[in-house]
Amino acid sequence: MTGRGRRALPYLYLLPAFLFFVPFVLVPFAHTLGLSFYEWDGLTQAAFTGFGNYREAFASALVQSAFGHTLILIFFFGVLPVLLALPLAVCSARTNVPGGNALRTLIFLPQAISTVVIGVSWGWILALDGPLNAVLRALGLDWAAVDWLGSFTWALPSLGLVGTWTLIGLCVTLFFAGLQQIPASLYDAAAVDGAGPWQEFLAVTLPGLKGPITVALTVTVIAALRAFDLVFVTTRGGPGTETVVPGILIYRRAFEDGRLGSAAAIAVMLSIVVFAVTFLINRIADRRAL
Amino acid sequence: MTAAPREGTWSAALLISFAAITVLPILGVVLLSFQPEHVQLSGFELPDRLHFENYARAFAVAHFANYLQSSLIVSISVVVGTVVVSTLSGYAFGTMRFTGENILFYLLLTGLVIPFEGVIVPLYVELRAGHLTNSYWSVILPLIGTNSAFGTFWMRAYFRAVPRQLLEAAAMDGAGSMRILWKVLLPGARPALLTLVVLVFMWSWNEFLLPLVMLSREDLRTAPLGLAFFAGRYTTDFVGMAAAAVMVALPVVLLFIATHRRFVHGMWMGALKQ
Repeated sequence: MTGRGRRALPYLYLLPAFLFFVPFVLVPFAHTLGLSFYEWDGLTQAAFTGFGNYREAFASALVQSAFGHTLILIFFFGVLPVLLALPLAVCSARTNVPGGNALRTLIFLPQAISTVVIGVSWGWILALDGPLNAVLRALGLDWAAVDWLGSFTWALPSLGLVGTWTLIGLCVTLFFAGLQQIPASLYDAAAVDGAGPWQEFLAVTLPGLKGPITVALTVTVIAALRAFDLVFVTTRGGPGTETVVPGILIYRRAFEDGRLGSAAAIAVMLSIVVFAVTFLINRIADRRAL
Repeated sequence: MTAAPREGTWSAALLISFAAITVLPILGVVLLSFQPEHVQLSGFELPDRLHFENYARAFAVAHFANYLQSSLIVSISVVVGTVVVSTLSGYAFGTMRFTGENILFYLLLTGLVIPFEGVIVPLYVELRAGHLTNSYWSVILPLIGTNSAFGTFWMRAYFRAVPRQLLEAAAMDGAGSMRILWKVLLPGARPALLTLVVLVFMWSWNEFLLPLVMLSREDLRTAPLGLAFFAGRYTTDFVGMAAAAVMVALPVVLLFIATHRRFVHGMWMGALKQ
C-alpha cells in the first residue's frame, strides 16, 4: 500500500460510523440550535426572532413548572434509588445471602422492560379500582384509596415512585459490582483500627463506591430529565399540568401546536441541562478523589 | 462474630422484600393477562384457568403480530448496522494513530449525552423532506447514529485492551489491516460483540419517542408504540392490555435472562459511557 493510502486508512474505517452519526445526530442537533432562534410552523416561511423563544420560555409558567417537575423527578429517580440501594447492596455483599445473585437479577429486571410496558402496567395498578387501592381497602384504609395518577397531589410523586421502582435495581447492581472491587485489606485495616460498622462504611465503603455512585446518579438523573415516555403513556402531563415535563412540551409544541421554534428552544434548554448535569456530577466525583 | 447470622437474616429479609416489591407488579400484570376477557378485578387474583385467548386477541385483532414484526425489523437492522460501523470505527480508534484522533473521538462521544429530544424536531423535518417518514428507515438510521456513538466507545475499549504484540506480529506476517481485524481480532471479540448486540437490541426495541414521531401509519408501528395507542384507545380492556404488554416486554426480558451476567456488565459499561 502507498504511504498516502496508509494514512487515509483510519479515516476509511471511521467513515461508516460518521455517515450515520453526522447526518442523524450531529446535524439535527445543530439545526435544533438554529431553529430555536426562529418562529416556524413547519410549513410556511420561518421568521427570525432572536432570543424570542427563550424569553418566552423563561417567562412561561408552564415551562418553569415543567423543569420544576423534573427537579422533583430527579429526587425520585436518582436520589431515592441511590439511598435505598446503598444499604441493600452493602448488606447483601457483607453477608452472602443464598440466592443473592438471583434476587439481584430480579430487582434489575425492570431495566430490561420497555417504559411503555411499565407505564401501562402501573397505570392499571394505580387506577381507582386497581390492585393498590384494593389492598388499601382490604386493610381498612378506604380513605387512602385515591385515583393516584388522576390526583393533583399524588400524580407526580406516583410517577416518581414508578421511576424509583424501575431504577433501584440498576443502582443495586452497580453498587454490588463496585463493592467487589474494594480490596479486603482495607476492611481488615479498618477492623484493626477498631472501626465500627458505621465508621467502616464511611471510611472504606462509601469512598470505594464513589465511581459507581457517580455513574448511578448520572444515569438516573438523565432518566428523570428524559421522563417523556412514562409521562406520555400514563398522564400525558395531567391532571391539569401537574405532570408536564420538558419532553412533553417539546412534543406538544412541535407536533401538535406547530410551534417548532419554541419546541427547539426548550429542547436546547433540556440538552444544556443534561450536559451540565453529566459534567457536574462527574466533576464533583473527580474532586472528591483528591 | 456472633452477630453474623442475625445480620445475614436481616440482609436476606431486606433483599427478599425488595425483590418482592419488584416482582409483584410484574406478576400481577402477567396474571391479569390470563384472566377471562371481561373480568371485573380488584387486586391480584389467580385466573380460573390460563386464558391464552387474550394473547390470540392482542396478536391478531389488535395487530400486535404487525407491531412485533415492525419492532423485529427495526431492532435487527439497527443491531446489524451498529455492530458493523462500530467495529470498524472502534478498530481505528483502538489500534491506529492518526491526526484528529482525539477531536473525532470526543465529537462522537457527544452522541452519548445528546438526548433524542434535542434532535427530534429537525430530524422529523429533514426526514419528512426526504420522504423518509413513515418508513422503517426514519427509525433505523437515527438509531444507528446514536448507538454507533456508544458502539464505537465500547469496541474501542475492547480493541485497546488487545496486546500490541499480537497486532505487530500479524503485521510482520504481511497481513493487511482488514485481515488483522477479521482473522486476529474478531474471533476473540465475541463476548464484547454479544454484549453490544444485547444492549443495542434492547435500546432499539424499547425506543419510543422516535417511532412515535416518525411513524404515523398504523401498519408500521413498533411494539411499544402499538401498546401505547392500544392503552390509550381501549382504556377499560385491562386484560387485553396486559397480554399485549407481556408480549412487548417478553423478547427483551428473555434476552436479559439468557445473558444477564453479560447484560449487567454491559449496562455498567453503558452507564460509564455517560
